[in-house]
Amino acid sequence: MNYSLDLLLVILLGFGSFFAFLGAFALIKLSSFLRRLHGPTKASTMGVGCILVASVIFHTFYGTGLHPRELLIMVFLFLTAPVSAHMMSRATLSLMGELPPRASRLPDPDGKVREDVDNRNA
Amino acid sequence: MIQIAILLALSVVGVAMLLSLWRLLRGPTAPDRILALDTLYVNAVAQLILFGMVLDSEIYFEVALIIAMLGFFGTVVLSKYVIRRDIVE
Repeated sequence: MNYSLDLLLVILLGFGSFFAFLGAFALIKLSSFLRRLHGPTKASTMGVGCILVASVIFHTFYGTGLHPRELLIMVFLFLTAPVSAHMMSRATLSLMGELPPRASRLPDPDGKVREDVDNRNA
Repeated sequence: MIQIAILLALSVVGVAMLLSLWRLLRGPTAPDRILALDTLYVNAVAQLILFGMVLDSEIYFEVALIIAMLGFFGTVVLSKYVIRRDIVE
């Protein structure tokens, strides 16, 4: 029981820290801003979610009992991460000037990144 | 075993915070810096939760909750400033 509990905690902590590191690594590795936006907003919420679940389990079995208050932070982060990503992408679109024409076809069917978006290399 | 795992997770999340700090200092445009600050506060929440696990204390929960709420408002307000060049309209 104790060994499997520790194993579960170690797996959760490993997943969480790995995803947090992956988000920050994508932040410095990718080339343009709209690519960089993908990494942290998804990976960091996943990483913090795993770490918070590990904290709930740790405080339940090694601390003062079951207080699932960390789930509050998790719900709040999961609600606010898409909103803040949307606001940041709107900010960078406003810096690019006006919105591109035919905005309904923004996802290119050929999978190529449009030139006017991708010329903002770091 | 669990203490070693928590310390390793602390150091990995610390490295992630350093990487996002690099992007915050270097970032060529303003949305890059906003995104780096967003990643930095999310990682700070994780770091505080892990620190509370190391010390076996539950005080750091409130700190993490307040950082999460104020960080979200900071991101939204900075993005609004970049869009409109004004915060209070």
